[in-house]
Amino acid sequence: MTISLSDVEQAAHLARIGLDPAQLDHHLADLQQILTLVEQINAVDTDGIEPLSNPLDAVQRMRDDQVTETNQRDQFQPLSAATEDAHYLVPRVIE
Amino acid sequence: MEWEAVIGLEVHVQLTCSQSKLFSGAATAYGAEANSQACAVDLALPGVLPVLNRKPVEAAIKLGLAINAEIDQESVFARKNYFYPDLPKGYQISQFERPIVHDGHIDITLTNGDHKRIGVTRAHLEEDAGKSVHDAYHGQTGIDLNRSGTPLLEVVSEPEISSATEAVAYLKKLHALIRYLEIGDANMQEGSFRCDANVSVRPKGQQELGTRTECKNINSFRFVERAINHEIGRQIELIEDGGNVVQETRLYDPDRDETRSMRSKEEAFDYRYFPDPDLLPVVISDEWIDEVATTLPELPETRINRFITQLSIKPEDAEQIASSRELAEFFETSLNGYDRNPQLTANWVTGELLAQLNREERTIEQSPINTAQFAGLIARIDDQTISGKIAKQVFQELWQGGESADAVIEAKGLKQITDTGALEKLVAEVIEAHPEQAEELHGGKDKLMGFFVGQIMKKTQGKANPGEVNRLLRQLLTK
Repeated sequence: MTISLSDVEQAAHLARIGLDPAQLDHHLADLQQILTLVEQINAVDTDGIEPLSNPLDAVQRMRDDQVTETNQRDQFQPLSAATEDAHYLVPRVIE
Repeated sequence: MEWEAVIGLEVHVQLTCSQSKLFSGAATAYGAEANSQACAVDLALPGVLPVLNRKPVEAAIKLGLAINAEIDQESVFARKNYFYPDLPKGYQISQFERPIVHDGHIDITLTNGDHKRIGVTRAHLEEDAGKSVHDAYHGQTGIDLNRSGTPLLEVVSEPEISSATEAVAYLKKLHALIRYLEIGDANMQEGSFRCDANVSVRPKGQQELGTRTECKNINSFRFVERAINHEIGRQIELIEDGGNVVQETRLYDPDRDETRSMRSKEEAFDYRYFPDPDLLPVVISDEWIDEVATTLPELPETRINRFITQLSIKPEDAEQIASSRELAEFFETSLNGYDRNPQLTANWVTGELLAQLNREERTIEQSPINTAQFAGLIARIDDQTISGKIAKQVFQELWQGGESADAVIEAKGLKQITDTGALEKLVAEVIEAHPEQAEELHGGKDKLMGFFVGQIMKKTQGKANPGEVNRLLRQLLTK
């Protein structure tokens, strides 16, 4: 599988990563190499093998439905750039 | 050209049975002060890890059992990646390839009485996002993360629904199930039962599906019907005018009764789903499923059938009453007080009681009339102490705080006059007062029966037994 510069740009956009245009060729080459490795992995015959969602040989533990957290808003909000009326403020987003 | 609509529904059910969030120990209570129920996990602070809450998993098993679905004994959580300020992690923990519930079905009753089976493709667990407030912060957006991490069950139907009416029937069935199972309050206004409708049209008979749009923001059954009908109409008009339907998300605006474009639908791969490495596979044992099965209440379908077969209630009444667990319980408890005429009780539940509740926008739990008072009223109608008309008056008295039907009837002197002697005297008086009309009625002008019954009812303030009055009139006039 060969990817193009626009694929790299699209991936960067989805991940909200700003790429320096001068570096695009370099990223393209890196990603192309990774995909070559993926191709190698894809070539392995996996017929009859259950897909593995996690490499650990364990199952998810569950907790009881209990409220264990207290309101720590006063500690959390100073970490944010701006708050008002207990809301976190962000640049305006309208769909 | 004749068109047919193809509709699939996605419903986000908030699992309000859960006190704490899907992956954190923060509270889920509705209406709390902004960000007072958003802990470090919900805020996605560095280093936090999700810990799965058992309760929502159990809720999913319950729904799976109720819709005869497969329950995957090993299901997997996946990350759905997208950026929005009300989603601090940059991904939503959801399920993709192995949802907890799949391949179930919900049966609906069509307007002609037929039944139709609608497939439920899947129901998966996921966390809700926070809320954005756009208009209160002078050009900025305010974020409240209380809802972030609240457990949701997304129930996805097969595209097997062919009209807005069928869509509403399906949603009402699902809504009733959620309430019966007590896994969610399914309050549409508060957003705990949110519906997205995928709508497409195609020429009747064509196999291939048309391009679909997704309508969001539908928060009442009435709006679901209107939004879908509007969207079907819009698509048909568009195609007939030579245009093409674009795959996109549209927002329903109830004020203007129209849908409008919100954003072009991102393709599924744009979300770059992958198994969440922070969570292990969820294993559900047979024993657990069996244990949950024993806790299931009687479900609406079974209850409707019992009402029809054991109580001889009309199917449409049975369905209406059983659609709400609380209403069905009111009905059944009333029958404990008086069980000689269940259909009469059903008539008064679906008639006067529901009408009055709707007028005052109350739920059945807020009815000022309790089941004992209601049963007492039905008993007096059934034994003909009062007529149906007077019963409405007694009902109103009870609604305003009257003690019991008997007490109201006694205090207001509403008892029906069935004493033949007294009635006969009244009837004779009325005939005497209107000799011309009596002559005409005698001569065959049957319409005048109503006039005489009316005169007698007026004299008795509606307390005369109408059947008896009719009988006496005929008897005296044919003498």
